[in-house]
Amino acid sequence: MNPIPFADYLVLALFALIVGTTIGGALIAALSTRIIRGVSGLMMCCVGLGGLYYFLNSPFLALMEILIYVGAVCVTIVFGVMLSEPDEPPHQESRRHAALWGGGALLVCLAIAFGVAHLGLSGPWTEPATRVNDGSVEAIGLALLTTYSLPFELISIVLLVAILGALVIARSGRTKE
Amino acid sequence: MSFLQIEPVRILLYLVGICAFVGANAAYLVLAERKGAGRIQRRPGPNEAGFGGILQPVADGIKLLAKQVMVPPGTDALLFRAAPLMVMAPPLMCLAMIPFSDSIVARHLNVGLLFVFSFGSINVMALMLGGWASRNKFAIISSARVVSQNVAYEIPMLLVVITLLMVTGTMDLNEIIHQQGGGIWHWNLFKVWVNPLMPVTFVIFFICMLAETNRAPFDMAEAESELVAGAFTEYGGMGFGVFFMAEYANIVVGCSLATVLFLGGWQSPIGVLSGGLWGAGWFLLKLYGLIFTVIWIRWTFPRTQFYSLLNLSWKILIPISLFTLLLTGAMMKLPVVYHQFF
Repeated sequence: MNPIPFADYLVLALFALIVGTTIGGALIAALSTRIIRGVSGLMMCCVGLGGLYYFLNSPFLALMEILIYVGAVCVTIVFGVMLSEPDEPPHQESRRHAALWGGGALLVCLAIAFGVAHLGLSGPWTEPATRVNDGSVEAIGLALLTTYSLPFELISIVLLVAILGALVIARSGRTKE
Repeated sequence: MSFLQIEPVRILLYLVGICAFVGANAAYLVLAERKGAGRIQRRPGPNEAGFGGILQPVADGIKLLAKQVMVPPGTDALLFRAAPLMVMAPPLMCLAMIPFSDSIVARHLNVGLLFVFSFGSINVMALMLGGWASRNKFAIISSARVVSQNVAYEIPMLLVVITLLMVTGTMDLNEIIHQQGGGIWHWNLFKVWVNPLMPVTFVIFFICMLAETNRAPFDMAEAESELVAGAFTEYGGMGFGVFFMAEYANIVVGCSLATVLFLGGWQSPIGVLSGGLWGAGWFLLKLYGLIFTVIWIRWTFPRTQFYSLLNLSWKILIPISLFTLLLTGAMMKLPVVYHQFF
């Protein structure tokens, strides 16, 4: 049926690449001390997430992820970074009782990890979702304007309020001397 | 034909073909640019290498390849090296969607237009990272300009494209071309009965395309008389060469998108001589016509000021494109409402 030799392995390798990009990007974003590298990591992570959506049979969502999160959100963050100091942050003295704080953080992390793992292993799993529709633009548009029109309108109100708030803040900043 | 249906074969053909196309285009568009500049400024342009300068791109290529790629001290070495790689990737991805003829398209996707825009929006990040990693005053000023310019011009471009999407009703690039078949008056550019401002939307699209690809008169990013070479001031050798190749690849992507969306893609303007290789011929004719216009504009108009650049977008282009969006929606839906009530 499948004309391509080793197709399964190719798909597996692609999947591993995408997951690696997502996790690697997230690690860079979280661990980097230079903010510009952090943004680059966030970008990598979002591209990887787009790839995961593609694997979930939803190319529209994958492309929207890239368009919005990389093309808009990361560019906006960078726009903010442009106004900051380009040099590296000075090396900070580690705070007192660093080992104590680290140990406490480790304990909290272990507790969360244990709880999540316990939930995942013992809790009831819902059935894997059947494909609701073909994930095409038409289906998404119809769903947004019929079944989910109230959340859609609420989101637009939230966005409108956010835009107005940004305008108000920017305006008072401009007139004040 | 079944050989072409196999996915890895298609991918390989696409990779080889697109790299050859982009490379040849970059090399000879530089020559065309320099020759065109020479013609417009009443001087011969490059005419020493080969017959009439025909070998000049080869000489340039060898010179760039032979130079050392230096990473200056004080730069962010990782990002400095990554930026030329990242700047080349988006146009290569976008070209996978462009239908050069009815059958010559690397990958058919029903959200092709969205694909081109989502990868096209990454492009600015690469230029920005390159400029930022250089730790050079000119490069950092340039990357700040690149980001604000791209944020400003992305909005009218997307508004115009949404207007067009309302007319076409599909994001499938090949389907959009199919709708424009049957002669020059069926092109989206001239569909004035759908929206009388259709030519205006094309002009807005073209202006935004010039701004997004950082071409004159909007080449604030590499304003050579004020910022040395802008974001790629610190790059030498092929690092610099890759940025230039990416600029021309972006022009090719932008002009082919304009061709597909407004000028009927591979459709014949006279109704006959269409299909097959004729289609590819028409497509390339329109594409290079637009690219020539881009070069022509660069050497005819002086560079704008940065503030007038941003004012043009925020105060003129965005209101007009919002108005065309509303007008198109009204013209499409008001007859429906009218028929419903009367």
